[in-house]
Amino acid sequence: MTTMQILFIIIAATTLGAAIMVVTTRKLIHAALWLILSLFGVAILYVFLDASFLAVAQVVVYIGAIAILMIFAIMLTRNLAIDVASPFNNSWPWALLLAVLMFAGLVWLLSSWDNVAMVVPDLDPRIDPIKALGISLVSPDAYVLPFEIASLLLLGALIGSIIIAWPRNKNEG
Amino acid sequence: MTNPLVNFISWLESLLLNFGLAPGFVNFLLTLLGVLALISFLLVLDIALVWVERKVVARFQDRLGPNRLGPFGIIQPIADVLKLLIKENITPVTADKFLFTIAPLLVIGAVLLIWAVIPLAPNIMGADVSVSVLYVVAVGSIGTLGIIIAGWASNNKYSVLGAFRTVAQMIAYEVPMVIVLMIPVLITGSMGLQDIVNQQGVWFIVIAPIAAIILLISGIAEIGRTPFDLLEAESEIVAGFHIEYTGMKFGLFYAGELLHALTIGALFSTMFLGGWRGPGAEQYPFLGVIYLFLKAFIIYYVIMWIKYTLPRVRIDHMLNFNWKFLTPLALIVLIVTAFTVKFVQSATFGVQIAALLGINIIMAWMILIGFRKYAHIKRERFEEDRPIAQA
Repeated sequence: MTTMQILFIIIAATTLGAAIMVVTTRKLIHAALWLILSLFGVAILYVFLDASFLAVAQVVVYIGAIAILMIFAIMLTRNLAIDVASPFNNSWPWALLLAVLMFAGLVWLLSSWDNVAMVVPDLDPRIDPIKALGISLVSPDAYVLPFEIASLLLLGALIGSIIIAWPRNKNEG
Repeated sequence: MTNPLVNFISWLESLLLNFGLAPGFVNFLLTLLGVLALISFLLVLDIALVWVERKVVARFQDRLGPNRLGPFGIIQPIADVLKLLIKENITPVTADKFLFTIAPLLVIGAVLLIWAVIPLAPNIMGADVSVSVLYVVAVGSIGTLGIIIAGWASNNKYSVLGAFRTVAQMIAYEVPMVIVLMIPVLITGSMGLQDIVNQQGVWFIVIAPIAAIILLISGIAEIGRTPFDLLEAESEIVAGFHIEYTGMKFGLFYAGELLHALTIGALFSTMFLGGWRGPGAEQYPFLGVIYLFLKAFIIYYVIMWIKYTLPRVRIDHMLNFNWKFLTPLALIVLIVTAFTVKFVQSATFGVQIAALLGINIIMAWMILIGFRKYAHIKRERFEEDRPIAQA
């Protein structure tokens, strides 16, 4: 086993373990922090695949924005942060069955795919992946339309949030 | 190759390979060693920073500062560290023990992680990642997370208030900081810090002075130093997020803050002051390290200067200044710079620099006019007769 493989196993185990802790821990804020660890593990897996931009974007968006927003919301609801009830209800066998079936289906699907054991090919050193990504985002024969639609959607959300926050009349403000 | 560091590493590599270790493992071991060396260097430097900070603040406040232990009190920080180490480590009974312990580690770890991508010399740097600029932003958010956890885990209402203020301030000032970090990226066409340094034949502070000032302001806000030290405002919320911390855990926050200031200095130098560039740095890489730290310390001095000169701003002023002035300004500067760079793309080097500098002077002039108008409006509103409150 190479060093990379050992590291991969450690990272993957941490990611999965943290993901399990997210749904089993009782304290909501601990769940949010385990989620951060899990997302961080995913970011490191992206690094293993030479997708450095995706890895950094994962940390900026998920840990820097979404997770901090979650923790902020949890901090405002301190008394509700500990769940005392059982996390299971009567239909847990069905959920288990569904989950096992889903997992088996995924394993079957992946094992019937030829490329599953493929070694990651080395990147062409002459091409800067960030530049290639940037150009493909704005070139008409690549992803310019989805990119523009996503930008428009985000702009709409931004303006919408400003309008919601805008004081309707002087008494409210 | 006149670089003794590279010679030493290749000697160590051949030595370890002769021991019969696998090449992959040797590579891993050498990387680990490099990381340990850099971190140890920075943390030892951090102890010296305590002395620098205390000596400089003493000068600003017209006193002597530490002067008993050793010449100029230079052994004082070691005594300080010993004091912190032997202090009793108190964890509040109602605190979240685990989170309370890891929060200081996250804060100082986030600062140390930034140094992984800062080029210390032409061929000395942790990792030449092609997305270094974004990486710096990403790592900064981990530091914010550490402060929030510290505030929450202490189970103290003042520390939670400090954590809330942290979120408001750090997330707000991250916006102009990210926008402004894009300007050197735009001029060089690369997100790698080494590329940005390599292309600074003319320092970017000459080409983009407004962007540099915005980066310095938002950088100070990110560190949480006066005038932006609302997260630990002693007169309002006692000590904010680190109120319950004692001993070395508090020491880590303190060290983290000092090192963060130096790190912002190093980042600023790399982005706008030419990083390791200087006479002779190409031939003797170690000169580059010295130049970088010299520039970083100059910026660190400026940050201290601001800290000990200005009073703390009020929280609504702090947020208004960011959202109504700094962020729109950063966006305008980014758009104008983008158009100018595209416009003069085919011109000669001198014309490019002149165009960018000229555009910046025009923008600075317009900002000053805007300030004047704003001050006039404020003054008129203040001077007009106010109706006396009626029953």
